[in-house]
Amino acid sequence: MIPGPFAYHRPASLQDAVGLLSELGEDARPLAGGHSLIPMMKLRLASPAHLIDLAGIAGLKGLREDGGEIVIGATTTQQELVTSDLVAGKLPILRETSLTIADPQVRYLGTLGGNVANGDPGNDMPAVMLALDATYEIAGKSGTRRLAARAFYQSAYVTALAPGEILTAVRIKVPPAGHGYAYEKLKRKVGDYATAAAAVVLTIGGGKVASCAIGLTNLAETPLYAEEASRIIAGSALDDATVRKAVAAAEAITAPASDGRGPAHYRTKMAGVMLARALARAKARAA
Amino acid sequence: MNDMTPTAAERAEKLQGMGCKRKRVEDVRFVQGKGSYVDDLKLPGMLYGDFTRSPHAHARIKRIDTSKAQQVPGVLAVLTAADLKPLSLHYMPTLAGDVAAVLAEDKVLYQNQEVAFIVAEDRYAAADAADLVEVEYEALPVLIDPLKAMAPDAPLLREDIKDKTDGAHGKRRHHNHIFTWEMGDKDAVEAAFRKADVTIKELISYQRVHPCPLETCQAVASFDKIKGELTVWGTFQAPHVIRTVASLISKIPEHKIHVIAPDIGGGFGNKVGAYPGYICAIVASIVTGRPVKWVEDRIENLTTTAFARDYHMTTEIACTRDGKVTGLRVHTVADHGAFDACADPSKWPAGFFNIVTGSYDFPVAHVAVDGVYTNKAPGGVAYRCSFRVTEAAYCIERAMDIMAQKLGMDPAEFRMKNLIRREQFPYTSALGWEYDSGDYHAALQKALEATGYKQLRREQKERQDAFRRGETRELMGIGVIFFTEIVGAGPSRNCDILGIAMFDSAEIRIHPTGSAIARLGTKSQGQGHETTYAQIIASEIGIPADAITVEEGNTDTAPYGLGTYGSRSTPVSGAATAMAARKIKAKAQMIAAHLLEVHDDDLEWDVDRFRVKGNPERFKTMTELAWAAYNSPPPGMEPGLEAVSYYDPPNMTYPFGAYVCVVDVDVDTGATKVRRFYALDDCGTRINPMIIEGQIHGGLTEAFAIAMGQEIHYDEDGNVTTGSLMDYFLPTAVETPNWETDWTTTPSPHHPIGAKGVGESPNVGGVPCFANAVIDAFKFLGTTHVAMPHDNWRTWMVADKLGLHG
Repeated sequence: MIPGPFAYHRPASLQDAVGLLSELGEDARPLAGGHSLIPMMKLRLASPAHLIDLAGIAGLKGLREDGGEIVIGATTTQQELVTSDLVAGKLPILRETSLTIADPQVRYLGTLGGNVANGDPGNDMPAVMLALDATYEIAGKSGTRRLAARAFYQSAYVTALAPGEILTAVRIKVPPAGHGYAYEKLKRKVGDYATAAAAVVLTIGGGKVASCAIGLTNLAETPLYAEEASRIIAGSALDDATVRKAVAAAEAITAPASDGRGPAHYRTKMAGVMLARALARAKARAA
Repeated sequence: MNDMTPTAAERAEKLQGMGCKRKRVEDVRFVQGKGSYVDDLKLPGMLYGDFTRSPHAHARIKRIDTSKAQQVPGVLAVLTAADLKPLSLHYMPTLAGDVAAVLAEDKVLYQNQEVAFIVAEDRYAAADAADLVEVEYEALPVLIDPLKAMAPDAPLLREDIKDKTDGAHGKRRHHNHIFTWEMGDKDAVEAAFRKADVTIKELISYQRVHPCPLETCQAVASFDKIKGELTVWGTFQAPHVIRTVASLISKIPEHKIHVIAPDIGGGFGNKVGAYPGYICAIVASIVTGRPVKWVEDRIENLTTTAFARDYHMTTEIACTRDGKVTGLRVHTVADHGAFDACADPSKWPAGFFNIVTGSYDFPVAHVAVDGVYTNKAPGGVAYRCSFRVTEAAYCIERAMDIMAQKLGMDPAEFRMKNLIRREQFPYTSALGWEYDSGDYHAALQKALEATGYKQLRREQKERQDAFRRGETRELMGIGVIFFTEIVGAGPSRNCDILGIAMFDSAEIRIHPTGSAIARLGTKSQGQGHETTYAQIIASEIGIPADAITVEEGNTDTAPYGLGTYGSRSTPVSGAATAMAARKIKAKAQMIAAHLLEVHDDDLEWDVDRFRVKGNPERFKTMTELAWAAYNSPPPGMEPGLEAVSYYDPPNMTYPFGAYVCVVDVDVDTGATKVRRFYALDDCGTRINPMIIEGQIHGGLTEAFAIAMGQEIHYDEDGNVTTGSLMDYFLPTAVETPNWETDWTTTPSPHHPIGAKGVGESPNVGGVPCFANAVIDAFKFLGTTHVAMPHDNWRTWMVADKLGLHG
């Protein structure tokens, strides 16, 4: 539980951080809340020679509304999401999801950017970002770019971030008032990754689902956008038969590992149960 | 007496003696972060040790190259078995009469076994170097399943003892066999089963778990070359035993070894034995002449230091048609891992597993235990139970439920029918224990009434009907158990460890001004000894508990004792404390008689003073007598007021209890929710009800963890898959149910203050109660037994096998 040697850098600007990252190359890792990276370093599963702490960069913090979008800086903590009125009013699923992440001690340090950028399939926020169709702002040496969350995740811990790039903010289009939402997570205990979890964002009009987007957590090497299941739900009255069809479609795209949370087939079935429950709760919440 | 004179009751209250919910005095430092643990110790010039460990569960060591590790800046030494062998320290004796490798010589026998010990200026250098020790392994076939250990073609694990047919506990009949231990009348049991109307047979396995104390195992060794003296600070539940064993191993005379156990952050049996880290730190200190600290991390603690359970109990009950048990037969395969380092009294290789008849009047019983080696970490400690009692309680309480189910009887009613009756005490069990006291029926009756058991059963029936109608996806389970503990090891006629009899001790010195210090042979790891021993003394000799310092853990000052585990502190050292206090009181009485100019017999004790019978205004308080003891003793009497007592208990004590648990099971996820848990404990005389309640809360939380999620799990290659708290279930306050505690009081007739011990009862009784509750939820569909842990996926599998998922 003792990490190997590393150098610690604390740049004051994004430019410096990006500069350091590209200068130091693959031996360098950006550090946000540290809740994934530091345990990996203690286990010596990761041994970066340089840690570039993003905590000193003021521009990466904070939440704001920008037109029809909410922009959340990468080093905004889970706790800030829990206490933000803006989040509570317009993106309540972020608050609900944040509260399922570990415990207050972790949430005071863990950041949204770290959670979505690390590519850990166990992290909760990526599936929510897929359901919300969020956009990630990314800075690199050659400038900034935007990328849809749905195009970001490639495999476990592998994302569309190029070497030297930093995820700087998350942009989320504000869902219509009265939308329904839910994040249903089955876990063994506080602090555990999901056995299975489902994020649902939907709108209802005239008794039918007008739009629906579903994300799934920890059920494959990447977070999953359940496109087929979302399509099945859209236009339906969320009747039992349709929910069963959507559940089957969602289960079909899962490929979980067998681990202490249960064998793969159990975890797939739990994806379905979490989805059905999330749909029911989202429906109940929708105006 | 005038109005200002406090009444006896007021004076008694001031003492904060037995029965008082005295606040824990040790918490003043603990809650402020001012405890002093081994890792807080910093000595000048102190070095740090770390291990290179085996990634393999079973492999031959072809070559070890330490040259790269030696070159890491700050590294002073890298020890391997080759360095220890000339000192005959590459193996160490275990508490169970076996030997265990300190550093692996030719073979490794379990994953994370110690291979090399790095000594460096700081922890970072040591950890860096540990990674650089190059070991070439040749993998060997791995044996994980204890039920396959004695197959003819099972891999040979212990080459070091392969020709040894005489084990520490009799003949070994296979290269992986450690011992066979048998008790009871086999033929009579045969006959009972032949005659039985109804029988059940079930393989009841208790998975391998680990006590996982918050503080891991650690030590600082400091050898003084000039004096030839060794001081070891460590996480020792039994410091004196460590000193004696260290002397026997190292040949350093016992008076030149100083063992100090400072504050300890939980033990639960994990800190009873000796570990390679202790030996290596000592050797490294002798070699370097500097103090050496060794501190385990959590993964090392979970994967290498002593585990608990791994008992596989084939259990049979014979019964009459109307529900009277007539015989019990249990054959157990006990997985002891790679070395037999089980912490049991010498004569009891399976601990007190013969308490397996439980609380029931079995006319005949037979038990046999086969201990076997596997490629797993050694251990076999109690984990908050007396020796193998929780295995026994789980076994009998599960089996009783299975039999009740087969008979179509309510499990509480079936237990009522078979509990030992009050008038049968002292009761000699079919397997030889003499249960000292109890009123089992009253306790179970109280538990059933307190929980509204009949109403719970009605509600359960309604739930089952609703479930069948498709109106709910939740089932309800009710667990009910009755357990009998056996603690207070123990009487020297049947209990010793490595030949050291299991007495314990207390020494009390009253200072001239009437305050006192008490020193004991036990060692608190969180039990609150500094609080409770003082309460015993306060009640016995009438000086306030607040005026008594309790000290443990320093072998130079404490009287010799066997330490704290197996709920033995109160039954053994608590008794010694009362006996020492009574010696002081007897001397004080003589002094009082002299001062009051009456005969000894003319005095009577009154809370905190001796008074003249029939003349209560003539008295001498204990404070006055303390001063007089030093400064004006009666002619011919030695001055001073102190006493020591070594207590060899005449019998074990037998705490008992009745627990009821209600769970709701989500059939679709397998998730369970403990709606209610009621625990009635009878631990005899209650010294501090608040501490008892805390002990029960803690033990129930551990029981909850074990039953619902804990397992040290090995894959087929011998890799531990639950080696960190990510996967080894340690519940937080969020998962932990609410506990309802209750009690009856049946004092132990043979104990000076009637106390029986309580710390471990809730773990013993809790585990089967949770298990019975979960299984009870599915009983109406035909389920009879499900192995622990009852975590979500395993419970879902039960429902799935029953076809409940459509």
